[in-house]
Amino acid sequence: MRLTMRESFLAFTRAPLLSALSILTIAFSLFAFGLFGLVALNVGKALRDVEERVEIRAFVIDGTSTETIATALGDIAAFPEVARAAQVTPEDALQKARKELGEFQDVFDAAVLPASIDVRLKDGYRDPKTVKAIADRIQSFPFVDEVRYGEEWVAKLNTIRNIATAAGIALGIAFAAVAVIIIGATIRMAVLARAREISIMKMVGATDGFIRRPFLIEGLVKGLIGGAIALLLTYMAASVISTYMIRTSFFSWQMAVAGAAFGGLIGFFGSALSVGRHLRRI
Amino acid sequence: MIRFTHVTKEYPRTGLALNDASFFINKGEFVFLTGPSGAGKSTILKLVYMEERPTSGDVKVANHHASIMKRREVSIFRRKLGVVFQDFRLLEDRTVEQNIAFALEVTGVPYAGISSKVSRLLTQVGLGSKANSFPRELSGGEQQRVAIARALANDPFVLIADEPTGNLDDRATRGIFQLLRDINAGGTAVLMATHNLDLVKRSDLRVIEVNRGQVVFDSGEAAAVAARAAEG
Repeated sequence: MRLTMRESFLAFTRAPLLSALSILTIAFSLFAFGLFGLVALNVGKALRDVEERVEIRAFVIDGTSTETIATALGDIAAFPEVARAAQVTPEDALQKARKELGEFQDVFDAAVLPASIDVRLKDGYRDPKTVKAIADRIQSFPFVDEVRYGEEWVAKLNTIRNIATAAGIALGIAFAAVAVIIIGATIRMAVLARAREISIMKMVGATDGFIRRPFLIEGLVKGLIGGAIALLLTYMAASVISTYMIRTSFFSWQMAVAGAAFGGLIGFFGSALSVGRHLRRI
Repeated sequence: MIRFTHVTKEYPRTGLALNDASFFINKGEFVFLTGPSGAGKSTILKLVYMEERPTSGDVKVANHHASIMKRREVSIFRRKLGVVFQDFRLLEDRTVEQNIAFALEVTGVPYAGISSKVSRLLTQVGLGSKANSFPRELSGGEQQRVAIARALANDPFVLIADEPTGNLDDRATRGIFQLLRDINAGGTAVLMATHNLDLVKRSDLRVIEVNRGQVVFDSGEAAAVAARAAEG
């Protein structure tokens, strides 16, 4: 083990330029992936923010008693898809309308707005089909006059979200693949740079496992350092964007650690693959 | 100790390298392997240290049969023999001492014993004062001595030398040859491939000559067979 550690460390000191270069390559490949992740994260968050506004509004027939509405409210709130249901009295409605449509304040003076039940849905139930199903269910209450939920808007939002998800997955795979390929090539270079050493080790009777170990540790360490640098760069990029352009959210710390660890894993398995292939050929 | 029985080696790209070669080398023998370039000398050596496996026939080295040896066992097997090459194959970024110690370290020799063993080996090859030099600071002959010391590190029963004097001038060649004879006198067999016919003629050692993949001459065949018969 001591020898393995020494050989891994020596690899860094013997070829500092190559080591630095491969760490930077890993760092920038993962940085590109990180930036993509940042965009995906923020687009997803923005979409969720918009989605949260998906709302079903059930207008109540005039003269329905408060108790009836309260009972119905309880029933609706108990639907598994429903996040919350709230009663909006005519007064509330008027106030809200005035606030939202300031310049038409006077128009609403005499108007009587119907009372309604506003229903917000839980995350994951905001697709057109579910929204319509729930709207229909609410419609079936005898005191409900009309249900509105912006059918077209929900459908459009759903389309956008589907496109964003598909694009996100495709781009994510592409970015990850590019990162893996570039990092793999870098590691391959490191292995080839020491091909002579490997052949000498084999000649004097070193086992494959013995030859492989320093490379695995070297790959793991390079990957981790590269991942940490990538994380730092991504964080800096996010801060700059937040300060000078738009507010962006950053990964949770678990995601950040997972990202850096991903670098380490690529380094480790990339090395295992490269050295293994090399050893089989000589 | 080394027995080739109707050995044929065919490479996928270059074709037949060795064709029905049979010979036997005894314990502690010194054998020259001669023949023109591409005759099959290196192939024979590679078959001995199991870098290559025969296409047909059997190679047996010290109770190890090439046909049944597993990949993992090759590493352990190599520790029992020493190999030197024309181009020395030293690690340029390590000192002479580290180059030799390396061969011991990779085979799991305890640290405590390595240092004294290395200095003993260096004395044996006549480089006691060069322990801390780097290979590039040494002459060709000296570099080959380091390679030989490394090959001897694990006390091999046979030293395989592939054109060990190919890159050396006459004087260095004589020095290396004498060193190999000394090592052989200590009981280690030596199998040396060479172009240097002068060297071969001047000595009275056994010669196996190969040409176009076939053994065309073996000066010690009768003696080897007799010795083998005596060995039972």
